[in-house]
Amino acid sequence: MYKAALITQLYLKRGEKMKYVIIGNSAAAVGAIEGIRKIDTDGEIIVISKEPYHVYSRPLISYLLYGKTDEERMKYRKDNFYEVMNCKTILGKEAVKIHPERKEIELDDHTAVHYDKLLIATGSQPFIPSVEGLESVKSKFTFMSLDDAKDLDNSLTPDSKVLIIGAGLIGLKCAEGIRKKVSSITVVDLSDRILSSILDKEGASVVQSHIEKENIEFILNTSVAKFLDHKAILSNGEEVDFDVLVLAVGVRPNINLIKEINGKVDRGIVVDEFCQTSLSDIYAAGDCCESHDITTDQNKVLALLPNAYMMGECAGTNMAGGEKIYDKAIPMNAIGFFGLHLITAGSYEGDVYTQNIPGQYKKLFVKDGLLKGYIIIGNIEKAGIYTSLIRDRVPLSDIDFELICRKPSLMAFSKIERKKKLGGVIHGY
Amino acid sequence: MKKVYVNEEWCLGCHLCEYYCAFANSNERDMAKALKNVSIHPRIQLEEGNNINFAVSCRHCDDPLCVKGCITGALSIHDGVITADTNKCVGCYTCILCCPYGAISPSDHGVIQKCELCTNNIKGTPYCVQGCPNNAIVFEER
Amino acid sequence: MGVNYLYPEYEVVRNMDRCINCRVCERQCANEVHSYDEERKIMCSDDALCVNCHRCVSLCPTRALKIVKSDHTFKENANWSGRSISEIYKQAESGGVLLSSMGNPNSFPVYFDKILINASQVTNPSIDPLREPMETKVFLGSKPNKIERDKDGKLVNNLSAGVELAMPIMFSAMSYGSISYNAHESLARAAQEAGILYNTGEGGLHKDFYQYGKHTIVQVASGRFGVHKDYLEAGAAIEIKMGQGAKPGIGGHLPGAKIVGDISKTRMVPEGSDAISPAPHHDIYSIEDLRQLVYSLKEATDYKKPVIVKIAAVHNVAAIASGIARSGADIIAIDGFRGGTGAAPTRIRDNVGIPIELALASVDQRLRDEGIRDNVSIVVGGSIRNSGDIVKAIALGADAVYIGTAALIALGCHLCRSCHSGKCNWGIATQKPELVKRLNPNIGYKRLINLVKAWNHEIKEMMGGMGINSIESLKGNRLMLRGVGLNEKELQILGIKHAGE
Repeated sequence: MYKAALITQLYLKRGEKMKYVIIGNSAAAVGAIEGIRKIDTDGEIIVISKEPYHVYSRPLISYLLYGKTDEERMKYRKDNFYEVMNCKTILGKEAVKIHPERKEIELDDHTAVHYDKLLIATGSQPFIPSVEGLESVKSKFTFMSLDDAKDLDNSLTPDSKVLIIGAGLIGLKCAEGIRKKVSSITVVDLSDRILSSILDKEGASVVQSHIEKENIEFILNTSVAKFLDHKAILSNGEEVDFDVLVLAVGVRPNINLIKEINGKVDRGIVVDEFCQTSLSDIYAAGDCCESHDITTDQNKVLALLPNAYMMGECAGTNMAGGEKIYDKAIPMNAIGFFGLHLITAGSYEGDVYTQNIPGQYKKLFVKDGLLKGYIIIGNIEKAGIYTSLIRDRVPLSDIDFELICRKPSLMAFSKIERKKKLGGVIHGY
Repeated sequence: MKKVYVNEEWCLGCHLCEYYCAFANSNERDMAKALKNVSIHPRIQLEEGNNINFAVSCRHCDDPLCVKGCITGALSIHDGVITADTNKCVGCYTCILCCPYGAISPSDHGVIQKCELCTNNIKGTPYCVQGCPNNAIVFEER
Repeated sequence: MGVNYLYPEYEVVRNMDRCINCRVCERQCANEVHSYDEERKIMCSDDALCVNCHRCVSLCPTRALKIVKSDHTFKENANWSGRSISEIYKQAESGGVLLSSMGNPNSFPVYFDKILINASQVTNPSIDPLREPMETKVFLGSKPNKIERDKDGKLVNNLSAGVELAMPIMFSAMSYGSISYNAHESLARAAQEAGILYNTGEGGLHKDFYQYGKHTIVQVASGRFGVHKDYLEAGAAIEIKMGQGAKPGIGGHLPGAKIVGDISKTRMVPEGSDAISPAPHHDIYSIEDLRQLVYSLKEATDYKKPVIVKIAAVHNVAAIASGIARSGADIIAIDGFRGGTGAAPTRIRDNVGIPIELALASVDQRLRDEGIRDNVSIVVGGSIRNSGDIVKAIALGADAVYIGTAALIALGCHLCRSCHSGKCNWGIATQKPELVKRLNPNIGYKRLINLVKAWNHEIKEMMGGMGINSIESLKGNRLMLRGVGLNEKELQILGIKHAGE
């Protein structure tokens, strides 16, 4: 790390411009660009992306479908972002191979792009399960990119019966997006509950009841055994007729570029706390790589936009010769379905503190004297205070835990802590 | 940069800052007209306890978690002030998930709202500061 | 319960069009007058509890509130006023002594309002204070009769200890216990910055305020609360309290419930015990005894601090003052019958004592007649309400004035006269922490400084108008005053001519 910074400094001293290349054009890329430019205003930045669009926020595609936003407002940064940040963009082209010995990227049109520092921010792609008969389904879609959403939208009619495989974040957001445009929606999931990646059984049933009010049917504890063109035969024997199929069973991080050149990968690209891969001068950030989840002390892919941005910023800073560590990664989600909001963070192990009051379902998870995770459904105000307890690893003996269980408040901190937090010493990141 | 600070030793828990905030952001010229029969959701919020009270509003952090987490890019920094483009906001509440001070809250219009130091309303300078009867809230650089 | 003899004196008038249910009135009323009716979604008020302190009115963000005198009336009776009748109801119910706070509110003559000031015209031109030097600085203390020189002709310093004031105003004695810590802090900081003095009153000096010692008068009252060596050393002057204008002849009583924490420590009284100040100092039963105490205090502080003797203005105040002037005291403080108090029996406050204007004039004249005027400085208090009163007081013979009620008003007091309840909504006459918080000394001390500075400027303007550029020339200058609507006797006692003469 020190060596990399040294080399970068040498470059900058010699007046030569560093060449930063970023593969990917989403949150992690933007984080990197903004991180680099805070330190190096001269270096050349090139962004390469398969999608032809100005950087847009992928989580917004469901909001686009039900009209909460439009393509213009979906842009993650202003139109002049690349200009202001002095970045070159190569859009609509795919990076197919890295040649680390020459420090070159090979594109799908066989052109080469040289780099001094490289960031892999390739994100992930939808996982297509292999199910008998899937290829016979004509009207099938994944729900990941803007093009996916447009294609899906174009296929819908007010009479459409939609079958969504996967009751996770993506599947349910899709359901919310298209509900008003179609006749019926059925969601099938192998798990015993919806949103199994972020909710416990009790919380999941609260959300499920709410969504069911919109006439969305859930079939849980089962998977599709076989597809016919307009029918799914489930493993529990049920049959579901559909016009349109949406596959939302999961995502796979895009790790091939690194894997092919023997960089360390697991489920995702493996990086250190500086967001550097096992290969020199190559960094990775976002959904394509793994983060160290401090609540479980394990590495896992945290496919969340805030995480992607912060990893990108960390990588960019380090690429430009600064020094930034990203050591506060935790799972965190803020999401809403038909007016019911939920916020979750961390992991759900340890002692459970429950509070069920009208308008709010809340669970706090405590282990080793620290808050490890929480689930809040309904009134999510000030949830960020809980998040900060997890990220900052605040010993619960230092605060008024009883008050914190009742409601998230800064009053739970000691007077001295409050003076630091509110009185003029500002902690951000 | 000048920011709003609340000295808890002088805060009386009177809630006037909340009403002045609601008024300032209401686009009305008369406070009675602005707030009569209105349930307020102000951008500065009081935390009350036994003999300790203080109001919390956006700290306009130098390194803001909310801006980094915002999925639409609606939250951004202008001249040090963290502003929310409510047109872009879709009300996902990721910022509420991130803010360690609980300073962002859902607005009445399905999006979020936060203190913007009255830079975007007719008052021009933080109105909670003017309304505090005990000089507990100040607008200064620290 | 059955018969309500007492109808609420005040009514809370709420403009429902402007009320936004912010509930600040409810939150800020220590008397619990206001409440929010959840069902009807409106604010309600219980007039019977209202003391007319205006806290709610002042804080209401839409000016939806006002307090009016109830127009519920007794039959008109010039002799038996509604108040007299109600007071009998109260005593018939409780059997107790009626207690009141602050100064005498009854309509006795206010002589300041019947005295007019001169201005120069044609001869002896007036002076513009913004363009020419004006001296309002005052030195209090005993003045030597003549200049002494040594055998080489050099001046011998025969000045006794005194104090220097940047202007002829001081904050009068208000004890820590009757008013709050924050009120004392405001007074101390204001006195320091304005270059004047404030008075500890009989509650002792809190250790946090020793830093303002150079601007503090430490009081030795009949209960001797908080009096010890460091206390005497800390102050710039020491005041022996013989009497108080609001309650001449009696002592004071701070209930045990208020003797807690810092009050207990500062007064050196055990927590929970009543703090009773006896009527006389039990070691002073004659003027010789007073002289002895004066000199004991001077010995204890090495003759470095002037000693003030504070008396109430009573019938033979001139003779008493004459005795004090010969006792070794450096300053006499006279407190008129309008002076304020934290709590006093109503009948004593309203019927005992004489107006400060008359007391001042007769004391000044008596001391001059006896040739001992220079032995002492005279400081007067007891309802000095504005700079006009100050100019008139100085012209009648005072060296400086004490302001008490005026200072508290500057801090936010609305003269609701409920101090004895201990629930002062402005954080002044209370010890409850949640109420004391309402008086932020950072705001309070600035308001006090603004007040005295404004008055100082006005004094200069009036002096300039008279063609006087030094306060020395105004002192005792009765020719600058004329009376109006005063009879022969009053004019004679005041020593001034009638307007037109």
